[in-house]
Amino acid sequence: MMRGLSPSSLTLLTLLVLMVVAPALFPSSYYYRVGALIFINGLAATGLVILVGYAGQVSLGHAGFSGVGAYACALGPVHLGLPPVLCVVLGAALSALLAWGVGRPILRLKAHYLAVATLGFGILIYMAINNEGWLTGGPDGMSVKALGLKGLLRDFGIKVKASELWYWISGGVLLLGAFIALNLRNSPAGRALRSLHDSEVAASTIGIDVARMKVMAFVISAVYASVAGSLVAMMNRFVTPDVAGFLHSIELLTMTVLGGASSVLGATVGATILTALPQVLTVFEDFENLSLGLIMMLVMIFLRQGLVPTLARRWRRRAT
Amino acid sequence: MSEFLQFLFSGITVGSVYALVALGFILIFNASGVVNFAQGEFVMLGGMITFFAHDAGLPMAAAAALAVLATCIIGVALYKFAIEPARGASVVALIIITIGASIFLRGLAQVVFDKQIHRFPAISGDAPIAVGGASILPQSLWIVGGALAVFVALYLFFARTLAGKAVLATANNRLAAQLVGIGTNNMMTLSFALSAAIGALGGILVTPLTMTSYDVGLTLALKGFAGAILGGMGSPFGALVGGLLVGLIEAMTAGYISSEYKDAVAFIVILLVLFVMPNGLFGRSPLERV
Repeated sequence: MMRGLSPSSLTLLTLLVLMVVAPALFPSSYYYRVGALIFINGLAATGLVILVGYAGQVSLGHAGFSGVGAYACALGPVHLGLPPVLCVVLGAALSALLAWGVGRPILRLKAHYLAVATLGFGILIYMAINNEGWLTGGPDGMSVKALGLKGLLRDFGIKVKASELWYWISGGVLLLGAFIALNLRNSPAGRALRSLHDSEVAASTIGIDVARMKVMAFVISAVYASVAGSLVAMMNRFVTPDVAGFLHSIELLTMTVLGGASSVLGATVGATILTALPQVLTVFEDFENLSLGLIMMLVMIFLRQGLVPTLARRWRRRAT
Repeated sequence: MSEFLQFLFSGITVGSVYALVALGFILIFNASGVVNFAQGEFVMLGGMITFFAHDAGLPMAAAAALAVLATCIIGVALYKFAIEPARGASVVALIIITIGASIFLRGLAQVVFDKQIHRFPAISGDAPIAVGGASILPQSLWIVGGALAVFVALYLFFARTLAGKAVLATANNRLAAQLVGIGTNNMMTLSFALSAAIGALGGILVTPLTMTSYDVGLTLALKGFAGAILGGMGSPFGALVGGLLVGLIEAMTAGYISSEYKDAVAFIVILLVLFVMPNGLFGRSPLERV
């Protein structure tokens, strides 16, 4: 049966099956929360697959967009009276606009320069959120209005725990995000993106508008990061500037590369490892930095293609 | 006027520290093409190791020497265990490796030392010297002097010594350097060791003024990098001027505009420089080989 499926459908099916089967193994509702966090991080990492894996550009500032999405959901209902769902859209639109605005000058840069420019951009967003305490509550963060879905379901006589609800919402959004990323991969635009990964000069000689394609990838991945930020803000009902912090940007990039930069399934695998690890290591809280740094180095040295592509290749070799 | 002078002094002081970080950056970048995001951790290690060695009973000078030596060894280990095995990896991979190394070293300092803020006494006491209505701490002079000394030493190293020229040759074209008999691997090791030593020295000099803790590295690395980019990512002179400029702009911003956003200045500088003149003040535009 497996052989009849395209790789894209296989990826989606794998995600769906894991999503549905996993709760059977959850000993408590706390695990739903961890699961939801994994899906949300997986969503942001999937966006980075488009930027890093497809287009070959690097960003050390994508948490900045998560910050925009998160604070849109925190501020929108209070100051603009918007319903929370609309705030997700607003945050995504703002992030897209921001990404489009800075994307053109930033993406002219290459390699290290691009890394540092995106890093600087992300930190500027973080600083703005952190310093403008009158609006954002500063380093203490601020509370976020509830989505209201739980109450709505209760009116229909359906009772679910918030953590379970968020597990399924974020799972659904992740599936949608993965679906879009997979479709993009095999579209003309996706092929154009992947061609400039190999050589920008070659891509431009066959008529690809390199600058436009890069900005497109940047904008799309910014929207993914923004929606992820919105989701985590609404799930926690609370948001602090750390959502936009440098460390979060690094974590997102590491998740993407850990699983395999160009693999949509890999993004979720990477997110699972890096999200679950701190939960396992809470006893050794002091060792969190140590282990994160070590993982980053080891993976890049020994598994340069990332986990999923490496394992897939091994699997295929055994099969033939 | 005295206000301006005061900001100027403080700008030159922090700028010298940034210049030291920037010098360390370009040393490694020139030799290996790697941008070492762990550069700031060398500064942190310099300060932390000195404090704890001194605390354990070593005299100040011995503690400082031990700190430089230990940081050197860590720098070489970073090259041998993380950079060298990843040869040929993509730029993204190298960026993640050095950021990983930075987080790892921070985590290590947190576990081996502690999470407290530390300080040790200044070299020539804490009595400020009055200059034209403003005051300057003797330690500031040590920092500026240290940065200048490192710059001159590096300049002489590259211009006058065989090893320095070999490092430059390695940077220029690794294969060609190998063909003329340069041990390129040794040159890389040497640049990582020197760069770590410079960072540690900066950390030792600045700790009496700004104090140190396990997490000071990243900010320093980013600001030093801003300086290196401003200076054009190539010559020691560019790094020195770039670092000083970032420090000056930061001090002026803190003094006249907003102290909350003084840390933002380095990043605005980075972005503006990259947008307007991607090769920095003194850099030459690189040719891309296809």
